[in-house]
Amino acid sequence: MKTTFKKIAIEGNEAAALAFKQVNPDVVAAYPITPSTEVVQKFSEYVANGEVDTEFVPVESEHSAMSACIGASAAGARVMTSTASQGLALMWEMLYIASSLRLPIVMTVANRALSAPINIHGDHSDSMGARDSGWIQIYSENVQEIYDNIFQAVRIAEDPQVRLPVMVNFDGFITSHSEEILEVLDDDLVRRFIGEYKPKYSLLDVDHPMTMGPLALFDSYFEFKVAQAYAIANSLPVIKKVGREFGDLTGRYYDLIEKYHTDDAEYIIVAMSSTCGTVREVVDELREKGEKVGLLKIRVFRPFPLEEISNALKNAKVVGILDRSIIPGSFSGPLYHEIVSGMYHLDKRPIFQPYVYGLGGRDITTEHIKNVFTQLQEIEKLGRPKNLIYIGVRE
Amino acid sequence: MKLPGWKELVEIGPIILEPGNAREYKTGDWRTFRPEIDYSKCTTCLFCWLFCPDSAISFDGKRVEINYDYCKGCGICAAECPVKCITMKEEEK
Ligand code: SF4
Ligand code: SF4
Repeated sequence: MKTTFKKIAIEGNEAAALAFKQVNPDVVAAYPITPSTEVVQKFSEYVANGEVDTEFVPVESEHSAMSACIGASAAGARVMTSTASQGLALMWEMLYIASSLRLPIVMTVANRALSAPINIHGDHSDSMGARDSGWIQIYSENVQEIYDNIFQAVRIAEDPQVRLPVMVNFDGFITSHSEEILEVLDDDLVRRFIGEYKPKYSLLDVDHPMTMGPLALFDSYFEFKVAQAYAIANSLPVIKKVGREFGDLTGRYYDLIEKYHTDDAEYIIVAMSSTCGTVREVVDELREKGEKVGLLKIRVFRPFPLEEISNALKNAKVVGILDRSIIPGSFSGPLYHEIVSGMYHLDKRPIFQPYVYGLGGRDITTEHIKNVFTQLQEIEKLGRPKNLIYIGVRE
Repeated sequence: MKLPGWKELVEIGPIILEPGNAREYKTGDWRTFRPEIDYSKCTTCLFCWLFCPDSAISFDGKRVEINYDYCKGCGICAAECPVKCITMKEEEK
């Protein structure tokens, strides 16, 4: 069925708020922080105007925001929130509790650098720091993807097989404050797609009193952690299924990764979020000149889709992995660590070159990307990767 | 009590569905000293019954009795007994 959708011009944050409105969650507990402030601001307008039925809890900090979300979700509510950077950092201990209690909370994160020095602009330090917290992490390239990913996140989080919190990430300012064209879905369509939330376990179910998250010492904690790890790994097929179903409804199909001219590519750049748009431009330009280059976009970072990534990369000659966060004291960023150690045991694998770029919102241009492709060819001749290369930093 | 393997926990997560099952957790094996009541001196004043932090002492209307499945051997009952008729004896393995 071909449906036509209304098109509007809208900023990333406001598109997120609009998606929240269409989901009409039971509870939103949030504390606004740059660059995701407008998500909460705009949503509170919807609340004030009576356009949603949501119980909006304006808390005094992000730690309280996540705590309130956990309480509401444990009580059986459909719960959403939004944060960034220091706010996500302040939520830290509660992030682990949300995922370990298997609570399907959906949160948007406008990715931003972490202090010090103070910086409010986009990089992936915040969510990459939370990569071990047990949340599903989806990264959005543009405004449409933020909007689309939120609906899918609700479905994934609440799937009875999954029951885990989902973080929908997008680049702070670069995407959160960019005005782009958005295809808006009908409220009815959204409602049908996300369905009604029927929690499997709820603390308000007085006929079935239960205890959530009791003490589990050396005789049980380990089993619970392995079970949790298994549950998030098991969400991969659900994420794929939901992406397909969303495509059937809207014409926009989503997968764990997106391969752009990778099948016959000799040189591939791996990237996440808005940078993928920049790389795609360059791939198009170089392809026209006959160069065998490609882009691998990582949409889902947690759970890590190793099999899909390995299959997409294994036949390339050199792969440049672009991390938008830094791990002081390590030899590369987190994306490089995951991909390289995951593919180490393969007989045939490319040379992997680590890059770190764009910290604190530093621009990444098509010139930078072209330069990376040139370097990948030099590295092939060298036969081994160079030390971590920083893109666009003054020496 | 048989503890579950991780495969049994994937679906449910850390949730206990049967209320009041803390009773199944026998905390008595933490005990290194065992309170013993000399009933010939006991006045049934119920101080021990009142003070025991684990509710391990019961009273059936006639006399107090210690439930060693849950008594963790803290010695509070012995300290509080006004006629000092509870002695703490070291547990032997
Ligand atoms: S030793 Fe402690 S736990 Fe045991 S019966 Fe006395 S007061 Fe209760
Ligand atoms: S405190 Fe001592 S005297 Fe009083 S009931 Fe207990 S054992 Fe008996």
